[in-house]
Amino acid sequence: MSKRHVSAVVNGDPVEFLCTPEQTLLDVLRDDLDLTGSKECCSSGDCGACSVILDGRLVCSCLVLSAEAEGKRIETIEGMAKGEELHPLQRRFLEHAALQCGICTPGILIAAKALLEREPDPSETEVRFWLAGNLCRCTGYDKIVRAVLDTAAEMRRS
Amino acid sequence: MRYEAPETIDAAVALLGSVGRARPLAGGTDLLVQLRAGIVEPDLIVDLKKLPGLRTIAKEKGGFRIGAAVTGAELREHPDLRKVWPGVVEAANLIGSTQIQGRASLGGNLCNASPAADSVPALIAAGATVTIIGPGGQRELAVEAVASGPGKTILAKGEFVTSIFLPARPPRSADAYLRFIPRTEMDIAVVGCGVSLTLDQSGTCTAARVALGAVAERALLVAEAGAALIGSKLDAAAFEKLIAAARKACRPIDDKRGTKVFRIDIAGVLAQRTATIAAERARGQK
Repeated sequence: MSKRHVSAVVNGDPVEFLCTPEQTLLDVLRDDLDLTGSKECCSSGDCGACSVILDGRLVCSCLVLSAEAEGKRIETIEGMAKGEELHPLQRRFLEHAALQCGICTPGILIAAKALLEREPDPSETEVRFWLAGNLCRCTGYDKIVRAVLDTAAEMRRS
Repeated sequence: MRYEAPETIDAAVALLGSVGRARPLAGGTDLLVQLRAGIVEPDLIVDLKKLPGLRTIAKEKGGFRIGAAVTGAELREHPDLRKVWPGVVEAANLIGSTQIQGRASLGGNLCNASPAADSVPALIAAGATVTIIGPGGQRELAVEAVASGPGKTILAKGEFVTSIFLPARPPRSADAYLRFIPRTEMDIAVVGCGVSLTLDQSGTCTAARVALGAVAERALLVAEAGAALIGSKLDAAAFEKLIAAARKACRPIDDKRGTKVFRIDIAGVLAQRTATIAAERARGQK
């Protein structure tokens, strides 16, 4: 099968890859670009563990064909910390123990980042609705929601 | 399987007609799931998102022309659309999560032809029309004529929907969409109802369209339900007729989401509640 050449920008870096038509963006991120922070879980767009930001939009990378990434900007969990310095959301998630097994965490962090970039002062209800596409079977969500709200408050102060 | 992303309508039509099993791709939130599950096994996927007009919302003849691949998030963020067609926007925004909203399109929701598609009853109530293009040229159809059954449309080989048109609104017009689900979010309609209506200065209803989803093999325009409201002040007697007409139109199935009896009952309840919201919105306009 002939492979397709795709150029994109991932976490600010230009990348090129060859993909088959069946491969999803998630497949390429994990298997070809070694960016395994985005998790494969349901593969049907229900759980949000593979969430990335594609040209400024939060999407499930399991529901994007890799060929569709041509010319796009992609932000993944790997681009969230600046070197050793964690993003405020990452720091607050640790402080609040807003994770247990960790499989959902990269997707939730990316989704929360997308929310705070749009809405610096979300209500609890807005946070819960925004994150409704990110399933967590460990925490019961309360710690996650508190961590997001605390981060929002911190980022508004700074 | 092959993937192509043509940049002209002619190229897209030619590609879709060129092989036995070709599928158009808009947001992909249904198609990629079906690919993964082996429900569809196309030889060719034609990504429509680079085609002119497929990703834009444009004012036209006092109404709005919405490209078939415009996403739910883009509908919500449009400055004017939700003021004029709040029901269409709220229906589209009920589909899936934030992540799905970033990709899922009106054209895809229509052509996936789920009887429970949330945006379709709202579009039918709105009197929306679709522009279809294919090997035989271009044609316009009422939205309610597109789906023919679960997963099936009247689109001929090589045809696809390029845009959806929402017409201009007279004063004191509004629409609304409600669905019943057993939770608050992220679910598929047990019953959905769209209502669009116009009031005159005295509050009498002069035009009304009512559509129901998930109560038949496709979303239904219920002309009798709309007629029950026209000429009334949306009083209890009119609502009784509306409820009866909505229930009479239902021919649902029993499934894990709801029984026939339940769906028929809920269709009446939703019709009244949706009409009430649409009327409040219409009265609220200056």
